[in-house]
Amino acid sequence: MIRYIRRAAGLSLLLLVALLVNAVRVMLVEADELDADPANRRIAISRWERPRGEILVDGRPVTGSRDSGQQLRWERTYPQGPLYAPVTGYASQTYGTSLLENAEDELLSGADPMLAPLPLWNDVTRGRNPGGDVVTTIRARMQEAAFRGLAGRRGAVVAIQPWSGRILALVSSPSYDPGVLSGTGREVKRSWQHLTTSPDQPMLARAIRQTYPPGSTFKIVTAAAALDAGVVTDVDAPTDTPDPFVLPGTRRVLPNEAKGCADASLADAVRWSCNTVMAGLGVKVGLEKMVEAAGNFGFNDPGLRVPSWVARSNFDTDMSPDQLALSSIGQFNTAATPLQMALVAAAVANNGEIPRPHLIERTTTAGGTTLTTTVRRTYRRAMTPSTATRLQDLMVRAVTEGTGTNAAIPGARVGGKTGTAQHGPDNTGTPYAWFIAWAQAADSAQPAVAVAVVVEDAEANRTDISGGGDAAPIARAVMEEGLRGEAEGR
Amino acid sequence: MTAAPPPTGAKDGKDARGERGARGAKDPGDAPPPGGCVPKRRGVEFSLLVGAVLISVLGYAEVGLARSGAVPPDAARYGAGLGFLSLLAHLAVRLRAPYADPLLLPIAVLLNGLGLVLIYRLDLETPGDRAAPTQLVWSTLGVGLFIAVVLLIRDHRVLQRYAYLSVAGALALMILPIFFPAVNGARIWIRIGGLSFQPGEFAKILLAVFFAAYLAANRTALAHAGRRIWRLQFPAGRVLGPIVAIWLLSVGVLVLERDLGTSLLFFGLFVIMLYVATGRTGWIAVGLLLASAGAFLVGSLEPHVHGRVQDWLDPYASIRAGDGPGQLAQSLFAFAAGGMQGTGLGLGHSVLIGFAAKSDFILATVGEELGLVGLSAFFLLYALLVARGYRAGLALRDAFGRLLAVGLASIVALQVFVIAGGVTGLIPLTGMAMPFLAQGGSSVVTNWVIVALLVRVSDSARTPRPDTADTGEIAPVTEDTR
Repeated sequence: MIRYIRRAAGLSLLLLVALLVNAVRVMLVEADELDADPANRRIAISRWERPRGEILVDGRPVTGSRDSGQQLRWERTYPQGPLYAPVTGYASQTYGTSLLENAEDELLSGADPMLAPLPLWNDVTRGRNPGGDVVTTIRARMQEAAFRGLAGRRGAVVAIQPWSGRILALVSSPSYDPGVLSGTGREVKRSWQHLTTSPDQPMLARAIRQTYPPGSTFKIVTAAAALDAGVVTDVDAPTDTPDPFVLPGTRRVLPNEAKGCADASLADAVRWSCNTVMAGLGVKVGLEKMVEAAGNFGFNDPGLRVPSWVARSNFDTDMSPDQLALSSIGQFNTAATPLQMALVAAAVANNGEIPRPHLIERTTTAGGTTLTTTVRRTYRRAMTPSTATRLQDLMVRAVTEGTGTNAAIPGARVGGKTGTAQHGPDNTGTPYAWFIAWAQAADSAQPAVAVAVVVEDAEANRTDISGGGDAAPIARAVMEEGLRGEAEGR
Repeated sequence: MTAAPPPTGAKDGKDARGERGARGAKDPGDAPPPGGCVPKRRGVEFSLLVGAVLISVLGYAEVGLARSGAVPPDAARYGAGLGFLSLLAHLAVRLRAPYADPLLLPIAVLLNGLGLVLIYRLDLETPGDRAAPTQLVWSTLGVGLFIAVVLLIRDHRVLQRYAYLSVAGALALMILPIFFPAVNGARIWIRIGGLSFQPGEFAKILLAVFFAAYLAANRTALAHAGRRIWRLQFPAGRVLGPIVAIWLLSVGVLVLERDLGTSLLFFGLFVIMLYVATGRTGWIAVGLLLASAGAFLVGSLEPHVHGRVQDWLDPYASIRAGDGPGQLAQSLFAFAAGGMQGTGLGLGHSVLIGFAAKSDFILATVGEELGLVGLSAFFLLYALLVARGYRAGLALRDAFGRLLAVGLASIVALQVFVIAGGVTGLIPLTGMAMPFLAQGGSSVVTNWVIVALLVRVSDSARTPRPDTADTGEIAPVTEDTR
């Protein structure tokens, strides 16, 4: 009987080995695959088991976390949701993340290996790090001024510091409260449904994700190209353009909203926003040089990140002369994000150089130790410094005595350019009102702020050379806050 | 057995009823050396018990530290309680089974102690449904029964007299739940007042006792009568009849009650004991044939079982169907999340398994929180327990004792395999309690009785026989020794 007992014991041993081998299969061999299975809630649980790091504006968090007591424990809160939604985006347990919450997710969620003080030791203890913080470049008062200015109308405002590329305000309107998407459940689903189907597209970060025909504000680009290419050498000399202007190769006549544009100088054309002059100059500069100039301002760049991804602004590269003429005044297929047009203003203000725009000043651990600092880098060289100086002058004149008088700030040097972008079939849609500008305090060596404002549903008188009416006051309010901030900062 | 002359086997069978000093059954390999002074090893048992209690308390403290950053205030009380129970059990063993295997009791205490820790840990996830206090009561009862068995059953051979009483009792216990409402699709519960238990658990022991007694008495007939087909020797229907009838009856009852884990366990137990008793490979063949036929029939006809088999073949089907992970998938996720080292006690999410996380799926918590290292340690503890049972079987001199030891050890081994294999996706999942670990009062109590019986037989196996010890005479070898 002993032999059979031994065999029975051998069978038990076999069963034990089978269990161990199978355990190795599940726990080691297939583990990575199982851990990464989307149906495995552990991924979400560990992601939300700590409060996320905060996004800071002016040193104060504009985000928060709430202990939901649920399985996914910490939910994101946004005390001033709609105001900062275009900056922060949402961090939802149901729908993922967007914008800064998305771009800096690793850091905010605590997964970033940089957060571990001793990486190897962390692997051993399996300690989890609290999420790091993101310090933004946004100035709360400018953001608020822009948000107030848009007052719920569809549109966007971008303000940047011309010499550094810091994005000081990034506003999109109408906005939404990202907090309603934070958690899980039916309420969140309903909110999502509502937000994504609303005709107002509140979740669209218009400032960086929506492109608009830039209209007359694009004339700054054309003017820079004409000056750099030597097509215009004296800004006050007549440009030899007829009014009305017949688009080359067609019988279509390009009208002017302004008067006195026949044969006007570049200075007057910028001041009064003459379509004819600028269209003619664009054709004279030529397709190749115009494409190059637009590219030097950042057009046609599909990969810009601030670090949220920025939609590509478009200037067509293959056009007939009449299309080129229309494109040179910001029509046809030309399209730009508000951020792109703020960069145009910044290029002029910063003597032709565009610093890389960025939203993040630095990132820190939860304890405040700096992890990364955004270093100032050149993004594009848009024009020569002398061209920039001349354009500054033209833009200042447009504000002091042209279409942009609504943007004038007493005691400060302000340059601006209005724009009215027509769209829709046969231009029957409500025109978009544009205004781009920069401002320099009288006692400052350099402009403190460049701004671009677009108001979609401008209730503008179509004949009025708009922008100045709807958009310029918003730009002024934002720039005033910018100048005040600069004065206080010194 | 095959090499042994028939009279020996017959003698062995009768010997089982004889007195302890029977010389015929001596096994020189495992018998204590002549000359007396066999170490009792009660000191070893005591220190191992201290270790088992300390490890359990450490686990309890670790859960508290991981969850709330503080040692639970009643950790000392838990340790004292567990220590006190262990001490009582130890004293009972010291008093009435001084030569018992010193590993059995500490392993049982460690498994039960850690089982309580695991259930307490899972209770933290389900504040509305606390199972640890009840489990503690059942564990206390289990230890009480352990002590009672060790004190009252002075010689395991007494049990042989109650073979038919045992089988009647086993059948009654299995049939009883049919008259009670089904719980979760299985009619295996008796619910009286707030207490519920599974009588089928106790039936395991009774059946093992019956099988051991019956096979010990009839093994010669079973092994040598009958006809030979090809190279396999098949037994005669005369001896086989009663045992197969009883087996069929128990399996039938189980299928009716839809408790397939226990059904599988009885089947395996039956085949192993039959093989050990007769050494006929024909039994294995018949067993496997019956098993596959039964498995196929039940698997295709019974929707409950069919679903389990489908789930085993493809645990992730429900995920693809958009219904989220099923229990088995969640269990596999938990094991995978543990990896080599585990997340640490109290830090896993095995509660995602949902229903039965504290009972059938308790091993998933071990896997996730203690990792492959911890899981292997648990497997080895069980293996040690089983090995000690077999070892007692080898050292015993009577056929009934041997078969009983083998049967009891096999119950533990099969239970572990059926449920551990089920929750790790090795075999189709069938409901079964992980011995000592899982929530379930009847299971804990039953396993304590099993350990008590193993303590009793191991004591018999190691007790020096006065006659040989006194004379220093080496008994003639009459039992097969290989």
